[in-house]
Amino acid sequence: MAENASGVEIRLENVSKHYPGSREPAVADVTLTIPAGKIVILVGPSGCGKTTTMRMINRLIEPSSGTITIGGEDNLKLNGDELRRGIGYAIQQAGLFPHFTVAQNIAVVPGLLGWDRRRIDARVEEMMDLVGLDPAEFRGRYPRQLSGGQQQRVGVARALAADPPVLLMDEPFGAVDPITRGNLQDELLRLQAELRKTIVFVTHDFDEAVKLGDKIAVLGDRSAILQYDTPEAILANPADDTVAGFVGAGASLKQLTLLRVRDVDYHDNALTAVSEQESPAELRGRMTEAGRTYALVLDARRRPLRWVHVRDLSTATSLRNVGRPVGDSVSTQSTLQDALEAILVEGGNAVVTGAHGEYVGTIDITTVTDTIQQLRETGNAS
Amino acid sequence: MSTPTEITGFSTESGSRRADRVRLFAQPAAVLVIVGIVLAWAFTRDNDAIEAQSIQAGVLLTKTWEHLLITVVVAAIVVGVAVPLGVLVTRPWARRAAPLIIALANIGQAAPALGVLVLYFLWTGQDGLWAAALPIALYSLLPVLRNTITGIDSVDPAVIDAGRGTGMSARGVLLRIELPLAVPLILAGLRTSLVLAVGTATLAFFVNGGGLGELVDTGYKLNRVPVLVVGAVLAAGLALLVDWLGALLEEYLAPKGMS
Repeated sequence: MAENASGVEIRLENVSKHYPGSREPAVADVTLTIPAGKIVILVGPSGCGKTTTMRMINRLIEPSSGTITIGGEDNLKLNGDELRRGIGYAIQQAGLFPHFTVAQNIAVVPGLLGWDRRRIDARVEEMMDLVGLDPAEFRGRYPRQLSGGQQQRVGVARALAADPPVLLMDEPFGAVDPITRGNLQDELLRLQAELRKTIVFVTHDFDEAVKLGDKIAVLGDRSAILQYDTPEAILANPADDTVAGFVGAGASLKQLTLLRVRDVDYHDNALTAVSEQESPAELRGRMTEAGRTYALVLDARRRPLRWVHVRDLSTATSLRNVGRPVGDSVSTQSTLQDALEAILVEGGNAVVTGAHGEYVGTIDITTVTDTIQQLRETGNAS
Repeated sequence: MSTPTEITGFSTESGSRRADRVRLFAQPAAVLVIVGIVLAWAFTRDNDAIEAQSIQAGVLLTKTWEHLLITVVVAAIVVGVAVPLGVLVTRPWARRAAPLIIALANIGQAAPALGVLVLYFLWTGQDGLWAAALPIALYSLLPVLRNTITGIDSVDPAVIDAGRGTGMSARGVLLRIELPLAVPLILAGLRTSLVLAVGTATLAFFVNGGGLGELVDTGYKLNRVPVLVVGAVLAAGLALLVDWLGALLEEYLAPKGMS
C-alpha cells in the first residue's frame, strides 16, 4: 500500500429531504455524527429513508435543508461530480458497467481524476490483489463472466480505487447467497482493519449490522434515529419497542457473537495434571485432598488432553489413556457463542486455551448466563 | 433466474446465433448469384432498341449508384436526427415530450411513402436527390427513434446510478454508458430503417430523384419485361445487401461483454 487515506468524520446536521408534491418529507431533520475510521450501519425497514439519507452524503440526492460536512468541509463546496469522485460508492449487485472489463471498471474513478496510464494500471493491480482477485486471470474479464461474489469484490475494488477517505455502501452484499455474503463481510472487516476508512453502510439485515458495525443507527420513519449506539448496547438494551422488534428474537444469542471469551470471567481453578509427570495414584491423592471429582490431564506443553473422574484412577496405570478425551475446546479469541456451543457439546464445561493451545481455564454455562445478566443490568442502569 | 430457464435461454440463443452466422455468409452469396444470373440473361438475350437503351452497363450502374446515394443520404439523415432526438426525449427534463415526438414519427411512417414524397414535392416545388431523400427519411425515421428510446430506457438503472455515484457527469454517463449499451438496439432499428429506405427509394423517380425505380417504370410503361425484371431484381438485391450490411454492423459494433 503506497498511499492510504484513512477516514474522516462525517456530520449531518438537521438534514431533511422534501420531494416536491409529497406532503411528508422523505427524511426529516436528521442529525448524526459518523466518527472517523468507523463503520456505521444505517439499518431500518425498507422505505424508511436510510438510502436517501446515505445518498445525500454524496449528493446523488440534494438535501432540501441542513448541512453535511465531510472531514469538516461542507459537501456543497464542490460540484456534485467532483465531490463523488472523492467518495467511494458501492451498491447492490455491484452496478458494474457490463461493457467494461474488470480492469476498466476499477479504473473508472482514477480515470476521471486524470491519473496517468501507468499509475492507473498499477493501482488496478493493487486493488485486485486487495480484494483477492488474481489480476492475470480476471483483469480482462467482463462482469457477465464473474460470479455474484466476484462481481461484488470488483464493486468494492472500484469504490476503493482512488483511495477515498469515505465509503458509502448501499446493501452491497444484498444479492448474493448467504455463504458468499458471510465471506464478503469477513473480507470487508479484514480490509477495514487495514484501511480504516469511514464507512456508511446501509442494510435492512440487523444481523449484518451487528456483525459489521462499530455503531448502528436504527432508523424509523422518515429516517428518525430511534437509537444510535454500539451493537452491544442496542442488543442489551433496545431504546424502545420498535427497536426491540427490529432487533428481533434471539437478541441474547446475537449478543453472544459480540463477546469474546477473554472478556468474561472464566474459571482457572480446574485441577490439572501433566500426564508424563504424575502417576494415577498421586493424582488421586491430590484430588481427594482437594475434594475434586474431576481433573484435567495436560500434555508436556500444557495442552488439554483428557478429563478424568476420580473413580477412573483406581484401576489406571498411566494418565495417558484414562477418562475421556477433551472434545471441543475454545480459545480466548472465540466468541461466547462458540463457547456456548462447546459447553453444550462437552456437557457442562469447555476448556479454554490460550494463544498456543495451552490450558488457561474452563468456562461453564453459568459464566455465560451471568455475563448476559450483567450486560442487561448495566444497560438498564445507564 | 433458475438454472433450467437459463439453460434453455442459452441454447435458443446459441441456435439463433449460429443461424445468424450462416446468414452472414449465405445472404450476400445468394444475392450475387441471383443478380448475376438475371444480368447474364438480360445481356445475352436478343434485346430490341428500346430494351438495349436501358440494359447497358452504364445505365444500370448509374441507376444503382443513384439508388444507393439516396439510401446513404437517408441513413445519414435518420441517424443524425433520430438518435439525438431519442437521446433528448430520454433526458428526465424532456421525458414529457416523448409521446409527442413518437406520435409525429408514427404519422410519418403511417402515411403512404408515395404520398409523403409527392406532398413534399408539391409543398416545396423542389425535385432531385434531396426532394427524394428528405421525405423518405421522415418515412423511415421511426424504427431508429423508437429503438434509441427503448435502448436507453432499458439500461439497468443501477448501472446509471453507479456511473453517477462514481463521479461521472450526466454527459459522461450518456456517452460512456447509456449510448454504448443502447447501440445494439439502435443498430437493429437502423437496419430496419435502411431496408425501408432502399424499398422506398424506388419511388424517388417520381420527383426526379433517379434510382432503380426508373427502370421498373420504363419497363412497365413501354411493356418491356426484361427492363422491368432487371430493375426489380437489382432493387431487391440492393435491399438484401443493405440488410446484410446492417447485420454486419450489429455483429461488429455491439459493445463487448454483453453475451
